[in-house]
Amino acid sequence: MEFGLWQVWEAGWVTAILRGASITILVGLVSMTAGLVIGVVCGLIKWARIFPLSLLVDAYTSLVRGVPELLIIYLLFFSSVEFVTKVVTAFGYAGVAESGYAFVIAVIAIGAISGAYSTEVVRGALGAIPDGHIEAARALGLSGGRIFRRIIAPQMLRIAVPGINNVWQTTIKDTALVSVVGLQELMRISFIGANSTRHPFIFYLIAAVVYLVITLVSQTGFDGIERLLRLRTRK
Amino acid sequence: MIDLIQLAVPVLLKGLWVTAVLTFISVLIGFNLGLGLALMRLSSNRFLSGFAKYYSNVFRGTPLLVQIFLFYYGLGQLSLIKDNAVLWWLISDGARCAVLALALNTAAYTSEILRGGLMSVPVGLVEAAQACGMSRMLRFRRIEFPLAIRQALPAYGNELILVVKGTSLASTITVLEITGYAKRLMSQTFAIFEIFAIAGVLYLVINLLLIGIIRAIERFLMRHETSSVRYLAAPQPNRSTVGS
Repeated sequence: MEFGLWQVWEAGWVTAILRGASITILVGLVSMTAGLVIGVVCGLIKWARIFPLSLLVDAYTSLVRGVPELLIIYLLFFSSVEFVTKVVTAFGYAGVAESGYAFVIAVIAIGAISGAYSTEVVRGALGAIPDGHIEAARALGLSGGRIFRRIIAPQMLRIAVPGINNVWQTTIKDTALVSVVGLQELMRISFIGANSTRHPFIFYLIAAVVYLVITLVSQTGFDGIERLLRLRTRK
Repeated sequence: MIDLIQLAVPVLLKGLWVTAVLTFISVLIGFNLGLGLALMRLSSNRFLSGFAKYYSNVFRGTPLLVQIFLFYYGLGQLSLIKDNAVLWWLISDGARCAVLALALNTAAYTSEILRGGLMSVPVGLVEAAQACGMSRMLRFRRIEFPLAIRQALPAYGNELILVVKGTSLASTITVLEITGYAKRLMSQTFAIFEIFAIAGVLYLVINLLLIGIIRAIERFLMRHETSSVRYLAAPQPNRSTVGS
């Protein structure tokens, strides 16, 4: 039996795959935003060495970056699933909350992971700002908040762009892992398609191509941003 | 608690062995493939460098999980593979398939790291070696490779940790390594945090060990400037008051 792209199209899998891809992108974007917030806060703490907090941040980043993502996802999923099921059934939403719940777990897990990597990027970018700039601002009598807004943040953002690009690429690839907890994103849809049609090759190949398109498009976008930033830099 | 440790630790240690073997074989294959790809990428042959570039973009642009599933579930479906005894042997087993995917995946990242290292070798040194009449092979072995690897080693250390973490995906294709056993124990005992802590510690031990090995190699390669480096590294100025 021949089973190719046409059959995938005819059986209506294309809309399912596109829906999966949009959920993948959504999870990626939300997690990345959460990760960036975590990254800026933790990066500042790590860079400024605010004593008790910096220890916590160190523990967080080295744990998350050293332990497999899959294990972190299992931890979050298994540790909360019982609790959430209880709460949800108590309020009478047993069936409704299933998919929303997987989404929340996915965002928490991927956000925590991308936050740990963003922290390192932000800290590195902060470290690359010349001390003289900050000293000069302080000598001019600018307040701490103002120094951050006017001197530190703009420079940090510019230096951090290539690193943020890397974190984004890793984040979008990590979203494939949350398929194990049942979120219907691109990987999960491909898995379902592969199992129900018994043609795994074509479905995983499509998934690979879609992921490749997502990463290539965002790479082009980041290249554009970097070019823009370079143009604005004074020589 | 004691019971739990008695139950979980031996099981997870069994997994540790599998994780270590998967990592070792994948890195062994992946490093050599990556070196080959880096050389192809830098060669003046348009076809070779184009192939290496696309290879690295495809493998770095798709999730490892997709690659593993494509190899394990997808390739087994093709009659070309089914009829070939060697390929079928490679694909039919979860562990071999995971090693295949991991090795091909890390080869892509390794090739980028090594390419950066090779490109950082000063042209003058290569020209000097040429002027001394060294053959191409000798030049690579004595001049380019040692300098490139010295440059690339810190980044390669990070890649090794990514491979260790990547082996956890083998658990999705029936290979029981640390994560696979941990998942099973989590659903058997419901002691989620304890199991996670033990498994996490095992991963951290592997990673620390790898970092230690990389540092030792780095020290060995940098032995010509060991004593001076320590004095050159001035203490960082304190800037704790700004930006908080």
